[in-house]
Amino acid sequence: MFDLSGKTALVTGATGGIGGAIARALHAQGATVALAGTRADALDQLKTALGERAHAIAARMDDPADIERLAKEAEAAMGKIDILVNNAGITRDNISMRMKDEEWEKVLQVNLTGTFKLTRAVMRGMMKRRLGRVINITSIVGVTGNPGQANYAAAKAGLIGMSKSLAQELASRGITVNCIAPGFIATPMTDVLTEEQRKTILTRVPAGRLGTSEEIAAGVVYLSSDEAAYVTGQTLHINGGMAMI
Amino acid sequence: MSDIAERVKKIVVEHLGVEAAQVKEDAKFIDDLGADSLDTVELVMAFEEEFGIEIPDDAAEKIQTVGDAIGFIKGNAKS
Repeated sequence: MFDLSGKTALVTGATGGIGGAIARALHAQGATVALAGTRADALDQLKTALGERAHAIAARMDDPADIERLAKEAEAAMGKIDILVNNAGITRDNISMRMKDEEWEKVLQVNLTGTFKLTRAVMRGMMKRRLGRVINITSIVGVTGNPGQANYAAAKAGLIGMSKSLAQELASRGITVNCIAPGFIATPMTDVLTEEQRKTILTRVPAGRLGTSEEIAAGVVYLSSDEAAYVTGQTLHINGGMAMI
Repeated sequence: MSDIAERVKKIVVEHLGVEAAQVKEDAKFIDDLGADSLDTVELVMAFEEEFGIEIPDDAAEKIQTVGDAIGFIKGNAKS
């Protein structure tokens, strides 16, 4: 089950904690992967670690021309794109009273607009081949909200609505569009939390621990598989019971 | 140039699964040939591939009948 031999996947934000785990998991299931991110050296390291069936493409998700180029280069490198994992995302946290226009706009631009543009660019080939898997990495805060993250939560909630719309447009073409909403996951982003902050967060997590990137990647592998062909427009929450929605 | 009309009609027949006799020049893709909005996008993609041309979005929106498609391609085709 969940064999991805012969499949190709484009993963954005591949140098991040979760993105890297997703790329490794898809690759381990047999997929050829194109790793996209902003840091060329980190991309090359991951590409080297994976060995065969891996390509690295540096690109910025806040630049429409770069997004077009990413889609073209990934398709050229792998011949096709079966699986698109939109994982790239940034935060610019601030309470709303203090949030600057550019903090709001940047987060929406990268996390939501960039994701839409890349998906649109990749969709064409998927439609032609009558096969595609689009997996958008959203967040628990897109559903529950989070103080200090009005921009991030809005973008992540936007991804869910976008995914449901795309899912309805593309279902007849064999393309599924789903979201994964991680809860608190141990990554470089959460490593900076103090012990105190960590404890406070964990009081809200019934599982009593942070999740791992690999646990998110496992969800991506499932939604990428042939076995998940009948699952579309859904949001899979992986959060240790932190929110049951 | 009539060759273009034949190639367009062939694509429409194959893509929409309709009878060749239905594919008249005044036939509307959506109203007469049962296409949905995604089918029209795919037809445009197929025309672009077949004739090696680019059909911009604003032009694509005006292509509503088989004749519209043939007309546009005759005006823009390289091959």
